[in-house]
Amino acid sequence: MSEPLGGLLSAPPSIVAAGVEVFSTALRQQGASVTDVDWRPPGFGSPDDLTQLALDPRRAAANRVAVERVLAAGSLLVDVRPAREVLDLPDRMLLHSGPPLTWETASGPMRGALIGACVFEGWATDVADAERILAAGEIALDPCHHHRTVGPMAGVTSPSMWMWCLEDPANGGQAWCNLNEGLGKVLRMGAYNDEVLTRLAWMRDVLGPVLQRAVRSRPEPLDVKAILAQMLQMGDEGHNRNRAGSLMALRELSPSIVGVDAPAQDIADVLRFIGGNEHFYLNLGMPTAKLAMDAARDVPGSSMVTVLSRNGTEFGIQTAGTGDRWFTAPANTPVGLYLGDYGPEDANPDIGDSAIMEAYGVGGFSMAAAPAIVRFVGGTVPDALATTERMYQLTLAENPAMQIPIMGFRGSPTGIDVLQVARTGWLPQINTGMAGRVAGTGQVGAGLVQPPQACFEQALAALAQESRAA
Amino acid sequence: MSDSPSRHVSLRSGVYADSVRLMQVSREIGDRSGVHTVVVAMATPLNLELAAGMGLAPDGEAKPDQLLIALTATDDAELAAAVAAVDAALTARADRGEAQTIPARTIGAGLDGAPDPTLAIISVPGPYAVAEAADAIAAGRSVLIFSDGVPVEHEVALKRAAHDAGVLVMGPDCGTAIVSGLALGFANVVRRGPVGLVAASGTGAQQVSCLLDAAGVGVSHVLGVGGRDLSEAVGGLATLDALAALDADPATERVLLVSKPPAPAVAARVAEVAKGLSVPVRSAALSPEQPDLTAAVEALLGDLGIAVPEWPSRPGTADAVPDGAVLKGFYSGGTLADETMLIAAPSLGDIRSNTPLRPELDLGTDLAARGHVVVDFGDDALTVGRAHPMIDPTLRLEAIAGLAAGGEAAVLLLDVVLGHGADPDPAATLVPALRSAGLPTVVALVGTEADPQCWSRQADALAEAGAAVFASNAAATRYALSLIGDGHE
Repeated sequence: MSEPLGGLLSAPPSIVAAGVEVFSTALRQQGASVTDVDWRPPGFGSPDDLTQLALDPRRAAANRVAVERVLAAGSLLVDVRPAREVLDLPDRMLLHSGPPLTWETASGPMRGALIGACVFEGWATDVADAERILAAGEIALDPCHHHRTVGPMAGVTSPSMWMWCLEDPANGGQAWCNLNEGLGKVLRMGAYNDEVLTRLAWMRDVLGPVLQRAVRSRPEPLDVKAILAQMLQMGDEGHNRNRAGSLMALRELSPSIVGVDAPAQDIADVLRFIGGNEHFYLNLGMPTAKLAMDAARDVPGSSMVTVLSRNGTEFGIQTAGTGDRWFTAPANTPVGLYLGDYGPEDANPDIGDSAIMEAYGVGGFSMAAAPAIVRFVGGTVPDALATTERMYQLTLAENPAMQIPIMGFRGSPTGIDVLQVARTGWLPQINTGMAGRVAGTGQVGAGLVQPPQACFEQALAALAQESRAA
Repeated sequence: MSDSPSRHVSLRSGVYADSVRLMQVSREIGDRSGVHTVVVAMATPLNLELAAGMGLAPDGEAKPDQLLIALTATDDAELAAAVAAVDAALTARADRGEAQTIPARTIGAGLDGAPDPTLAIISVPGPYAVAEAADAIAAGRSVLIFSDGVPVEHEVALKRAAHDAGVLVMGPDCGTAIVSGLALGFANVVRRGPVGLVAASGTGAQQVSCLLDAAGVGVSHVLGVGGRDLSEAVGGLATLDALAALDADPATERVLLVSKPPAPAVAARVAEVAKGLSVPVRSAALSPEQPDLTAAVEALLGDLGIAVPEWPSRPGTADAVPDGAVLKGFYSGGTLADETMLIAAPSLGDIRSNTPLRPELDLGTDLAARGHVVVDFGDDALTVGRAHPMIDPTLRLEAIAGLAAGGEAAVLLLDVVLGHGADPDPAATLVPALRSAGLPTVVALVGTEADPQCWSRQADALAEAGAAVFASNAAATRYALSLIGDGHE
């Protein structure tokens, strides 16, 4: 140690103060440099639980381990394969987004997507038949997150759907996600009409095989994380805006796609499909975030969030210190802007695994990177900056790979600390699409949402309980 | 509402706005009372389908780079106004918004954002102070915890973590510190110099630093460690760290340890460690054998080869103290109250108190009990829901009035503590109270000439009201005892 007490005694101290203002005033009168904290009582959590976690000697090191794994994680696109091969699922199981649910508790868009998937797989002859077998429990349902998988919106993944296969060279993890269908009437938003089923069949028969051969023909795997890093410099935040990322993915993949031995019309259709879908990259970004967050699983003593996810009925979170345990509460309904003449009454409660982007520190956390969509936040660029500033106070690290130009190239706020959420009273900010609440509707808008506080209340109590037992 | 609403559908080329902006415009126009339905969107297949679903499909071929404006309204006038409003909204310059600063909500965030901070000060409610203090320690910063109500096991955990991190926890319940001349909390304006204080007692540190100042000797630092630091439970964790830091501090040539009566085993351990330091350490920890902070200061002056001055005082006007008068010590400083009881007990015998020397002398809640009594109005039990008596004199003034009304023959002994954080003019409320009480009164006035309240100005005002005033609490106590002794004669 060079100077005792970190140099405390070598010069009049500069001070950060929390609490009674009169002390700071007296210090300023003496010419001291004082930064006042805008302290207020915690948003939730008992003082005992908050203190237990604050004093847990494992916490600082555990959180550092967890977030450093997140920061170190890479993401390489290594293959494209049907879910049937990748997931090794039992027959007649469908994956869905968010925490576990049942047909009875499933919301409209989730039911719509499950119905569409049953018809698509040929398990049901029509919509009524699909509803019957789903209601009869003939189709097993399981969260994507239980299978190293993430899915946007309903996240319904069936055996015949093709999946992006990503690997994390740093931690050795794998993660998978189905292919993005585009906007409007799409299965993930709960639509299941002929247009939806026809597109899914084309994706199965043309898009998937072409992408597989294209990806396998590349000399090196595509670095998906590097694209996400560039997107933040190009006005995307990686959740509600993936425009630059989708174009970069197209740029990277198109030479290999063109080189695939397939009918020219198919190649053209594939390129047109990718080029016409502003959210094509989202299904690559999500498993990239999933790889990073899974790398931080099972770190005893860590209060970092590893999963933020919604199934259209409930919001669920998991933490690094509590393993696979879900902390769930009824999902909020997003507020934002609506397509056509849809309005707030048409929007379903929050849905999708895509909030993994916020867990990773992009999306709503990096709102400041995407001024083009700040109106979702309520209007102005300063609002977006303020949102990101607040998120820095909830998180454990700044991700040096994910820089936000307007913040002076500060790294994105990464690794949500449940304890910080409680102490600040600020909930994570999530950017999201909005599905219609009636099955079959499709997308109705896009906007903002926050997790229910109750998820974090439960997680905090569980972390404190684990800490006492440790 | 008309049965057949007015309808407008048009396509415009060469106009582009992003989809978010267009959704916002659609919502603005849709909110107009005369408008039924509205789509303002680029003419992509998806948007054309949405418009068709609302019965607003454009005629002819639409291209995705064209802007579709389609709406229905109650009548032609509303429709025309709505179309004009679309044009206005599309050309309106967006509100750039006001820049906002997001203040730090926690000590952790505050330390993260401040330029080169060296110390955190925490005065939030006790139950929440630990998390804030833990932030500072985790960031490698020392922390002063003014808050009380922190459980002792949490204090121990924080101090252990701080020791491991090479930083200091001052407190909890630490009201007084001076670091490199900067007064933190309740502290006096004293000269800088070679003496470092480690203080498990706030008013004790103030008494000692003010007497040193009166003798022309300054302090390098006053490191408060919290009143419980030398208890069995805490074991002197912060005291040992503070001693080590002062040992390494080039500005500190001698150290004086100030404390209420410590746990003997802890005092012995601290003394043992102190012996191994290169800086000489003298203890002014109170005990029946060493009851006197002033004597400890005088001994330190002897160490420094400096003559002991005549401690400042003002004579009182008390002449007639009746036989059998009792001592009523009404204190704001706990350590000063302890010192008074330790000095007075040998001549007065048992003194009852809310902070007694022995448990059987506990006064309970009867502050108006008869006999020799010393009350610490700064004790936690008397400060719940109100400010410390160094700021808010109400409770003590009520007790003085009550004593006068009760008619018990008594000598009133008070401390008045000056300095940063204290009542800006304590004499202003005390002088009328003393005049009205008419009791023989002795005041220990702890402060310096440079304090915002100015020692002489306060002393003169109090003496004017008839009180005898002493800069030394020990001297004040002995004078009060002499008055009582005179009364016995």
